[in-house]
Amino acid sequence: MTDADELRRRTQELLAAHPPAETGRLDFLRARFDAGLAWVHFPEGLGGLGLPRSLQAVVDAELEAAGAPDNDPRRIGIGLGMAAPTILQYGTDEQKARFLRPLWTGEEVWCQLFSEPGAGSDLAALGTRAVREGDGWVVNGQKVWTSSAHLARWAILIARTDPDVPKHRGITYFVCDMTDPGVEVRPLRQITGEAEFNEVFLTGVRIPDDRRLGGTGDGWRVAQTTLNNERVAIGGMRLPREGGMIGPVASTWRERPGLRTHDLHQRLLKLWVEAEVARLTGERLRQQLVAGQPGPEGAGMKLAFARLNQEISGLEVELRGEEGLLYDDWTMRRPELVDFTGRDAGYRYLRSKGNSIEGGTSEVLLNIVAERVLGLPAEPRTDKDVAWKDLAR
Amino acid sequence: MSDLLYSEEEEALRAAVRDLLTDHCDTTSVLARAESDAPHDPALWKTLADGMGLAGLLVPEDRGGQGATHREAAVVLEELGRAVAPVPYLTSAVVATEALLACADGDDLLGGLASGRVIGALAVGLHTAPGAAFAAVRADGGALHGELTGIADAVVADVLLVPADDGGLYAVTADAVTVTPQTSLDLTRPLARVALDAAPGRRVGDAEPAVRRALRAGAGLLASEQLGVAEWALTETVRYLKDRKQFNRPVGGFQALKHRLAQLWLEVVSLRAAARAAADALATGEDTDVSVTVAQAYAAPVAVRAAEEALQLHGGIGMTWEHPVHLRLKRAKADSIAYGTAGAHREALAKLVDLRAP
Repeated sequence: MTDADELRRRTQELLAAHPPAETGRLDFLRARFDAGLAWVHFPEGLGGLGLPRSLQAVVDAELEAAGAPDNDPRRIGIGLGMAAPTILQYGTDEQKARFLRPLWTGEEVWCQLFSEPGAGSDLAALGTRAVREGDGWVVNGQKVWTSSAHLARWAILIARTDPDVPKHRGITYFVCDMTDPGVEVRPLRQITGEAEFNEVFLTGVRIPDDRRLGGTGDGWRVAQTTLNNERVAIGGMRLPREGGMIGPVASTWRERPGLRTHDLHQRLLKLWVEAEVARLTGERLRQQLVAGQPGPEGAGMKLAFARLNQEISGLEVELRGEEGLLYDDWTMRRPELVDFTGRDAGYRYLRSKGNSIEGGTSEVLLNIVAERVLGLPAEPRTDKDVAWKDLAR
Repeated sequence: MSDLLYSEEEEALRAAVRDLLTDHCDTTSVLARAESDAPHDPALWKTLADGMGLAGLLVPEDRGGQGATHREAAVVLEELGRAVAPVPYLTSAVVATEALLACADGDDLLGGLASGRVIGALAVGLHTAPGAAFAAVRADGGALHGELTGIADAVVADVLLVPADDGGLYAVTADAVTVTPQTSLDLTRPLARVALDAAPGRRVGDAEPAVRRALRAGAGLLASEQLGVAEWALTETVRYLKDRKQFNRPVGGFQALKHRLAQLWLEVVSLRAAARAAADALATGEDTDVSVTVAQAYAAPVAVRAAEEALQLHGGIGMTWEHPVHLRLKRAKADSIAYGTAGAHREALAKLVDLRAP
C-alpha cells in the first residue's frame, strides 16, 4: 500500500469513528490531530505521521469531500505558519505536548512579539529586556505591529537577555502568556482607518524558564526559523488567472466602457501581463516544492506581489475617476483578517502600501536575494563586534 | 495547469547542448564570423542537426523527425540564446518547419528540414507578429515576381517559403532567387532582401494559416531564447561584479548595484515561468494564444533590460567591441521586434482576454 492509500484509509477511519455531521467541530479537530492527520509532515504523537508535506493534500481532499470542518487556517496563520515550526524545531517534549494541539485546533490563538518601534528592519537591535529572577524571567518593553494580540492566548517573544554582547548574541526566545497582568494591548490605527494590528506594552511580565524556546542567548537563531516560515506563508498563495488584485480592475474595465482611456488601457494591459507572469512564477515555485526541489524564487515572490498590488490598486483608483475621489469608510474597525476584496479600490490602494513593509521591507528582501541567491558581498558591518548597549540609537 | 518545470530528459538535453556550445561557440569565433561574409557556423549547425538530431524535434517521427515537442525545442533555444549561436535553429527548425507542418504538400521538404540537411526560411519579415498582415509576391502561373525584405537567415537558406498574392505558400529554391544581405542590428541573426524575378515555385499549401501557425510558434519559443540571453547577462554581470574592485571593495558589494541585480534576477525567474508556460502550451495546444502572447509581452523588455544592465554595470569594458555583451544587447533588441513587439502582443491580448480599447 502506498503512503497515499494508507492516508486515505486512516482518513476514512477517522471519518467513520467521528462522523462530521454528528461530532462537534472541536471534538472532530482534536480527533483529527490525535489521528496524525492534522499536518502529516509533523511527527507521530504531535498531529502528524512523519510523511512528506505534499501528502497533506490527500487528507484535505478526503475531508473536504466528506464535509468535515477545518481549523480555519487563515484565522490562526501566525500559530500555524510561524509558532508551530519553531516549537517543533526548538521546543522541549513538554512544550510540544502542551502547545501544538490547541494551536492547531485553534483553541489557542498565537501572536508574534518581534518588531519594536526602535527595531524594524534591524530586528536584532531590539531593546525589550528580559531579566533573570528566581526560576523565571521578568520582561519589560514595547512591541508593535502585532496582529491578533487582542485575540491571542500565547505569543512568541524575543527579548534581550544580555546587553553586554553584540546584538545577535544577547537575545532569547520565549513563549509569553498574553493573559499575564503585565501585558497591555492597544489597537494601532493605520492609514486605512482600521486597526488590524496592536501595540503591546510589557510591564513586569513574568515568564517561567520552562517557557524559553532554545538556549539563553540563542534567540536570534531560533527566530530565523520563524521568519523563514513567515516569508513562505506570505508569498505562497495559489491563484487562478485574474485571481489577485487585477481581478476587480479587469471586471470594472469590462463592465464600464465609459471609464476607459487610451493611457489607462496601455497601463492595464502591462499590469495584466505582469500579474499573470507573477501568478505563473508562483505556480512554478509550488511545482518545484511538490517535486522536492525548492527553488530560491520564494524570496522574490513577496517582492513581486508587493509592487504589483500597489501599482494595480493605484491604477484602479484612477480608473474610477470621480468615484476614485471617495473612500468607502474611515470607521476604526478591528478586522480579524485582511480582506482585499470586500472593500473599495481606495482601501486596496492604502492597504497594499503595507505589502512592501510588512514581513521584511522590499529593500531588505532585495539585499537577501543579492546576498543569499546571487552570492554578492554583504554590506560592510559596523555593528557586528559592538555590544548591544553601545549601539547608536 | 501546465507543467512549468524541466524534466530529467530536458535537463540532459540542456547539458548536452551547453557542452557543445562551450566547446564550439566561444565569443571570439562568433565575433570573427559576424565580421566575415559568412556569419553562420555550418559545422555547428551540422553537429546540432545531424549529430544530435535537434532540427527535427517538432516533426513527427512518421514525417521524418524526432517526434518531440516545443518543450524540448525551447530548452535548445535557451542554450542557443545564451551563446548567441549563429545557427538558423529558430528560423528553420521552428518557424519554417511549423509552416510546412501546416501545409498539405510539404512533406518531402519537411524530412529535409528535420534532418538539418536542408535549411528553410519563411519569407516573411522577421518583425511580423502572428496574425499581422505580411507582404506577398505576385504569382503569375508558376512564376513568382517581387521583393521581400527583412528575411532572417535567408543567406543560408536552401529553400524559401514564399507567400504569394494568390493565397498560396510557395517553396522556392535559393538558387532561383537573389538573396542580398542587409546590414543588420543583430550580427548573429542577419537579415536579407530576397528578390524573385520569375522564380519558379511549387505551391505547398495556403499561406495564411501556415504563416500564422509558424509565427505563433516562433513568438512563443523566442521567449525561451530571450530567457537564455537574459540569463547570460545576469550571470555574467554577477560574476564580474564579484571580481571587479573599485574603492578597495568588490563593486558587487555596493547596495545600489545589489538591488539592481536582485530586481533583474526576479524578472529573469519570472520570465522562466512565462517561457515555460508558452512552450508547454504550444506542446499541448491548451491555452496557446494567451500563453504565447503573455510570454512575448513580458520577455522582450526583460531581455533588453538584462542586456542593457549588463552593459552599464560592466562599465567601460562593456562598451568595447571585444567584450561579448554587445552581441547579447543586439540580439535582445532585435528580438524585441522579432515576431511582434511587446506592444503588439499586448494589443492582441486585449482581444484575447476581453480588455478592449476605448
